[in-house]
Parts: sequence; C-alpha cells; structure tokens
Amino acid sequence: MISRRTSLMLIAPALVLMAVLFLTPLGYSLIWAFREEEAGRWGIGNFTKAWSFYSADILFSLVIVTLSAALIGALSIAISGYLTLGRSRRAVALLRWLYRWPLFIPFVVAAQVMRTFLAKNGMMNNALVELGLLTPLQTASYLDWRGIVITFAWKQTPFVTLLLAGAMASLDRSMIESAQNLGARRLRILFGIVVPQVAQTLMVGLILSYVMMMSVLSVPMMINAQQPTMLTVDMAWRINAYGDYGVANALGFIAYLMTAAVAWGYLRKELRDRKGHA
Amino acid sequence: MPGIIRSIMIGLVLALLALAIFGPISNMILWAFTEQWYFPAKLPQSYGFSFWERVFRPQGNAMVSLLNSVVIAGMTVLVSLAFAIPAGLALGRGRLPYRVVFLLLFLLPQAFPSLAVHMNIARIFYTIGLNGTFLGVVLVHALQGMVFSVWIAAAAFGAVDRELEEAAANMGAGPLRVFFTVTLPLALPGLMASAIFVFLISLDEFTGTYFVGVPDITTMPLLLFTASMEGNYQIASITALLLLVPSVLFMLVIERFLKSDVLAKVGH
Repeated sequence: MISRRTSLMLIAPALVLMAVLFLTPLGYSLIWAFREEEAGRWGIGNFTKAWSFYSADILFSLVIVTLSAALIGALSIAISGYLTLGRSRRAVALLRWLYRWPLFIPFVVAAQVMRTFLAKNGMMNNALVELGLLTPLQTASYLDWRGIVITFAWKQTPFVTLLLAGAMASLDRSMIESAQNLGARRLRILFGIVVPQVAQTLMVGLILSYVMMMSVLSVPMMINAQQPTMLTVDMAWRINAYGDYGVANALGFIAYLMTAAVAWGYLRKELRDRKGHA
Repeated sequence: MPGIIRSIMIGLVLALLALAIFGPISNMILWAFTEQWYFPAKLPQSYGFSFWERVFRPQGNAMVSLLNSVVIAGMTVLVSLAFAIPAGLALGRGRLPYRVVFLLLFLLPQAFPSLAVHMNIARIFYTIGLNGTFLGVVLVHALQGMVFSVWIAAAAFGAVDRELEEAAANMGAGPLRVFFTVTLPLALPGLMASAIFVFLISLDEFTGTYFVGVPDITTMPLLLFTASMEGNYQIASITALLLLVPSVLFMLVIERFLKSDVLAKVGH
C-alpha cells in the first residue's frame, strides 16, 4: 500500500493538468458568455442575440440528438437482446462479430463515408434503383437532418450495444430460465426481465452518446450543408467569421444546459429509485 | 414449417445489418481507388492509384498531415502516460481520501460538450503563444484521452496480485525494486491498452485540432475534412481509409490487451 502523502503526490500532476486544461477554460466559457465585449459590460446580451439568430438551430440540435439517442437505444436493445436470448448459436456469433465494426471509427470518417453513401447518386440510391425499388427520378439525397441521424446512429449504436450486451451477460440467468420454463415469450422476457435490470447501463450509454453528439462538428458540417444546422457549426462560425466569443460562449452555455438537463433528469430518477428500494 | 421461416427471417435481418454496416464502407473504398466517376455512372469509370501517389508524394500537403498525425499521436501517448501512470498508481493502489471524487474529476470532460471547451482553450493558448504549436495540439489531445488513460491505468494497477509483491518484498526487494520488477511488468498489458487507446484518440481527434492547430498544423482528420468540403472525394476517401484501418484493427484486438480482470475494475 502506498501512503496517503505519496498517493497525493503521485496524483497531483494529473490534477494540475486537469485544472489548467479543463477547469480553467470551462470557467472562462461560463464567464465569457456573460461578457458583452463591444459594449464593455456584463449582461445577458449574448444570450438574446444567440436566441434571435439561432433559436431554430437550438431546437434543431435538440430534436436531432434526441431522435438519434432514441434510435440508438432501440437498435442497441434489439441487438444486445438477441445476443442474450437468441437460440441460433450461429446467428448470435455472426451478430457479435458484425455489430462492432463502426465502434472506433472516428466521426469525421463516418461523415465522409455517409457523405458518399447517402448522396443523391450515392451507392444506396444506386442500389435501390438497380433493384427496381426506385426510379432514377424518385431518388433523393439524404444529406440533411436524416443524414445526421443516420450517421450518429451508425457510429454510436455499437458503443451502447457493447455496454448493454456486457451488462446483460452478467445478469443472473436463473430468472430468465425460469420464465422460459413457464413458457414466457422471448420478447416478453426481454422487456419484462432483462431490460429493466440493465436500464441504468442503457441510460449511462445514451447520456454519454448524447453529450458526444452535442460536441461533434464534422458530421453536421459535412452532411448537412443547409439551414437549420447544429449548434456546434454556429459556434465555430461565430469564432472563425467574427471572432465573437460572447455569442459563441452563450451558445456553448445553452449546449451545457441541454446536456445538464438530461444528466439531472437521470440522476433524479436514479435517486428516487434508490430511495424506493431502501 | 415455422422453424424454416424463422431462420430465413433471421438471415434476412442479419444480411440487412451487414449491408447497413459494410455498404457505406465499401462505397468509400471504391472512391479511394477511383480515377474517374461521373454521374450518372453507377460504378467508377476507371480505377487506379494516381491519387494515392498524390497523397504519398514526399513534401506534399497530405504527407505532411500524415507525419504530423503520427508524431502528435506518439507525443500524446508519452505525455498522457507520464501523467496517467503515477495517477493510476495512486488511484489503483494508494490511499486517497475521497477517491471517487478524484476518479469522477477525470470523467468530467466527457460530461460537457467538448467543442465549447476547445474554443476557449484555443483562446487561452493564443494569448500564451501555444496556438498553432505541436505542444498545444498534444496537450488538447492528452486532455481528450485523460479519462481513458487514467482509468485504465488505475484498473491495471488495481488488478495486480498483491501476494506477488509481498513475496518479492519478503525476499528483501525494496519498494522501488518491487515496483519495477513485479508491479509494472504485471500491469503492462493494461498500460499498453491505455497507450493504444490514447494513440487512436489523438489520431482521430478533430475539433481540438480545428481550433488549436489550424492553420499552422493540420492532421489527417483535418486533411480529410478539407478535401471532402472541396469535393475532392478521392483524397478524402484515401485519408478516411488510412484512419479506418487502425480503428478497425484496434476493435479486433482490444480484448487481447484488456483482459476481463482489468476491464471489470475500470471506473471502480
């Protein structure tokens, strides 16, 4: 065992790094959001400006990220559920091998991949035309809000599935087996027994994905070149085009609030559930 | 026969999933080897390597970004490990008051949309002359990887069998000798995993480099982004492919480095 003093000395450099590289800029981002540099005073002017310019984008970001999270949740429950309850061993092994591929593919690569795949003359539309499901005139580009949602789901589903499948694998099998012996259908076992027990893992995975999607700049820039767009694009634009840190930080503050609301909702529910059990 | 119908259904769903995962990737691979591909052709009109030559031309823009990426990722690993190994040792084996608070502190950057923090790091770095420098970019990348490097290092040290250390100590080895001959070698696979993780995070990092590095320092993700926005899909796809290969390899081998005894301790 290492003594208390040595432990503190060992961890100190990492703490200093976190304070300098993370806590300081975070603090500044909160302060600068309320600083109106042109007028030389403090106030909420940046926020009124941010809302009047970008209210559509704020709502757009909220809808896109929520929709993506819902899709990721549904897909990851379906995949991890089959991995846990599937009867065909070969199908389970194949699915386990298959679902993880996009796990570590960076967002910027996922965006490039989807930019070509979902375009009006991309591979998806070409394949549908070849199959006779669409005529060339009916094809449409998916490079809009749908493209963003598809890219987010494609990239983040493996991550949440990995967490969920891990949590499901460590569940006590006896309850599942006794329900099976009583003749319960697998869908009912999944939603009645399995999912409630891994709900916490699911929520953690989805919240982490939610924050990640709120931070991604490359995907909305490369997939969705029109208005409305996501807040990250607006922040980069305010800084690169105007050097306007006030409005950019006000938008950042709004992004913090959106993620904090989700985390707060989760923590409150968690605390209430724990109290209920105690 | 319902059994056969069920098997066919399962097969169909798996085939659709495979198409959804590999379809987009194969579209990108096609683009990487395309010489000419004009609408309305369904497939490229001619294939070749002339764009590869352009990417790998010495002194070309692309080659510079490629080298930058590898150098920055290597430096990021060194910086991260220099901070994470002592911190992981303290968290995994030490006696820390409020240990959980320290653990969570490293997780905190993942709880805030990182772009809003990155643009302020860039502003601070600008005033102290770190913007557009290798050190500036390395520090931002190290911050991104901090939670993984520290948590995995803590788990790796936490999983080391204490009895082996005690046995070495009983045979007269001093604390430093025990650390370098027993603890460190046993924790090495976990530390390797954390190093590879950080290397990949740095290689793939986009927004931090976008604010802190550009225009002086470009990395592969930035090159990919610029090429894609300019409509140069071949260069963009080749860069994407170069970034894709290490990510997929890592996905395939991670379980070899991160054994379940270490994995179970991550974040605990």
